[in-house]
Amino acid sequence: MRIVPLLKNSIVYIILLLVTLPIILLYTLLFLQSISVNLNGVIPNGFTLDHWSILSTGNIRVPGTTTQYYPNLYLVASNTFILAVIIAFTEVVLSSLAGYALSRYKFAGRSQILTLTLILHAFPGITLLIALFYVLNALGLYNSLIGVVIVKVALDLPLGIWIMKGFFDGIPWDIEMSALVDGCSRLGAWWRVIMPNVRNGLMAVLIFGFLSGWSEFIYVLTFIASQDYWTFSMFVYALTTGEYSYINPGITATVAIIYMIPVIIFFLFAQKYLLRIQIAGKSTV
Amino acid sequence: MVSVKLVNLSKYFHNVKAVDNLNLEIKDGEFVALLGPSGCGKTTTLLMIAGIYKPTNGYIYFDNRLMNDVPPKDRNVGMVFQSYALYPHMSVFDNIAFPLKLKKRPKDEIRRKVKEVADLLGIGELLDRKPSQLSGGQQQRVALARALVKEPDIFLMDEPLSNLDAKLRIQMRAELKKMQKTFKITTIYVTHDQVEAMTMADRIAVLNKGVLQQYGSPDELYNRPKNIFVAGFIGSVPMNFIRGALKRTNGDYILEGLDYLFKIPRTYHDVLKDIEVGTEVILGVRPEHVDIGFGEYSGKVYVVEPLGRDQIIHIDIGGEIIRALAPGDYKVEEGKDIKFSFKEDKIHIFDKKSGEAYI
Ligand SMILES: Nc1ncnc2c1ncn2[C@@H]1O[C@H](COP(=O)(O)OP(=O)(O)OP(=O)(O)O)[C@@H](O)[C@H]1O
Ligand SMILES: [Mg+2]
Repeated sequence: MRIVPLLKNSIVYIILLLVTLPIILLYTLLFLQSISVNLNGVIPNGFTLDHWSILSTGNIRVPGTTTQYYPNLYLVASNTFILAVIIAFTEVVLSSLAGYALSRYKFAGRSQILTLTLILHAFPGITLLIALFYVLNALGLYNSLIGVVIVKVALDLPLGIWIMKGFFDGIPWDIEMSALVDGCSRLGAWWRVIMPNVRNGLMAVLIFGFLSGWSEFIYVLTFIASQDYWTFSMFVYALTTGEYSYINPGITATVAIIYMIPVIIFFLFAQKYLLRIQIAGKSTV
Repeated sequence: MVSVKLVNLSKYFHNVKAVDNLNLEIKDGEFVALLGPSGCGKTTTLLMIAGIYKPTNGYIYFDNRLMNDVPPKDRNVGMVFQSYALYPHMSVFDNIAFPLKLKKRPKDEIRRKVKEVADLLGIGELLDRKPSQLSGGQQQRVALARALVKEPDIFLMDEPLSNLDAKLRIQMRAELKKMQKTFKITTIYVTHDQVEAMTMADRIAVLNKGVLQQYGSPDELYNRPKNIFVAGFIGSVPMNFIRGALKRTNGDYILEGLDYLFKIPRTYHDVLKDIEVGTEVILGVRPEHVDIGFGEYSGKVYVVEPLGRDQIIHIDIGGEIIRALAPGDYKVEEGKDIKFSFKEDKIHIFDKKSGEAYI
């Protein structure tokens, strides 16, 4: 009788496979590209690790020139990482503070703020490009990673706040009061009793923030002028479009894979937190 | 150990008067119950004593020290919340140890004390579990242990037994009372269950809509309720209230109702002599003080509710139904006439308008 569940399971897997097949194929191809001399259609032609040799110095040479046209891979990697980490942590701190206040305190305009944050989130970020450009320019933040951080955080914050508010709503007042009676200060109760219970929420916001910063493209493209501040997305973009009249699919594929690896690792470790999000369970608006 | 004094204590939430001008004195080592229906301000009072809520008006004294501005952590009170409020992310051990850790006690002392109090409450085996892995009764014991372990001056309990099943409740009632008498901790116990209050407390403060109705021993509340509210709230089978007007005939006071007359015993005449004849009053008598089968009054058996050991006999006296408590084996038939009388020294008379007791 074990045949039935087996059959059921295999049906599920077959459907999953069919749906994900295009993606899997593309990534396989990308990988093959990065380790072969060239691709003949989809057939790899000659094995080589040459493309991966950029890992040794991080420099990409355009054949026949001595000028360093592209920024160093490691500089790009660290820019991307710094951008993602700063965005993630800023979002965690601000959303947990705002989420706590919105969940716990009654003040004038509270529900308006909650609705407004959602409306803001609904705007496609791209419609704000020009306005943001002027603002950043006026603030002297054009062509700096900080400028990108501010814009990203501002746009991501509503989601983060709602996630955190949902988690704070799930913690009964009694627990906080109990901590005060047991001997905590207000801040101590927040730190020792509230924060540990919203850990999953914090992780979720951290993960969203990191991924959103790591993959950010449009604002980097628009607000960053100097190669010194390029991130991976910009780098891959330049390589694919052949900015300097030079396209090497092997190197492009290699860089793309390097770009992806941290995300995959991150996801493997983070997915259990993402599964626990409840944005607005029994909350009050 | 300390005594607690509440002076003109009030707490308003916007326009809701959760607690209104409460005056209460709790002696050192005393077990006091705050009793009242849902929403009468019991929890609010407790939270003000714990220091979570700031009073809108009034003063809180521990011994003779004014506590209004002392933060909760410096009041050394232990509290068991209505919901138990265990910390979900901590094991049972860490939950109980939490107050001691905050006091920065040495590790081995913490371990010893937690073990001690856990064994006392019979939860020594559960120390590694998380609160979510406990039954309601076990959670309640953990909450008790957490409140006791810090050796509080005052022990506050907010309906700690309300989530337990009936059997466990009776067992815990006795255990809590025993524990309080052993440790002699000044205890304030909130409940809406008058049986709990009557069986456990030294004194009971009855609250209604934020206002103190009466403060006294269980015996006082039972025998000498100050008003209709207290009279109706105390007692497992509610008191009978019979409406009527106070009349005088041949030097005797009587209560004249729609279809019935009740004589008021001579012993009370002194108290009644200042009341105007014709005043609307309410005669109160507990079902256990209605004797049936003989006596000067009669009515029709309306319905009989057997309770096992006892039975409640509802008697129609014409326009009013009164309940009498009779032994379970007493034979009555619905629809038959029945004679009854009141135990003379157990009747009460309330003013209809104010609800205040004359007797
Ligand atoms: N934080 C608050 N904000 C507004 N009103 C409140 C608040 N806390 C209590 N109240 C109101 O104050 C009154 C007393 O509440 P309290 O919780 O003290 O009642 P209680 O006697 O403990 O009732 P229960 O037996 O249901 O627990 C209620 O009318 C309640 O609605
Ligand atoms: Mg309550």
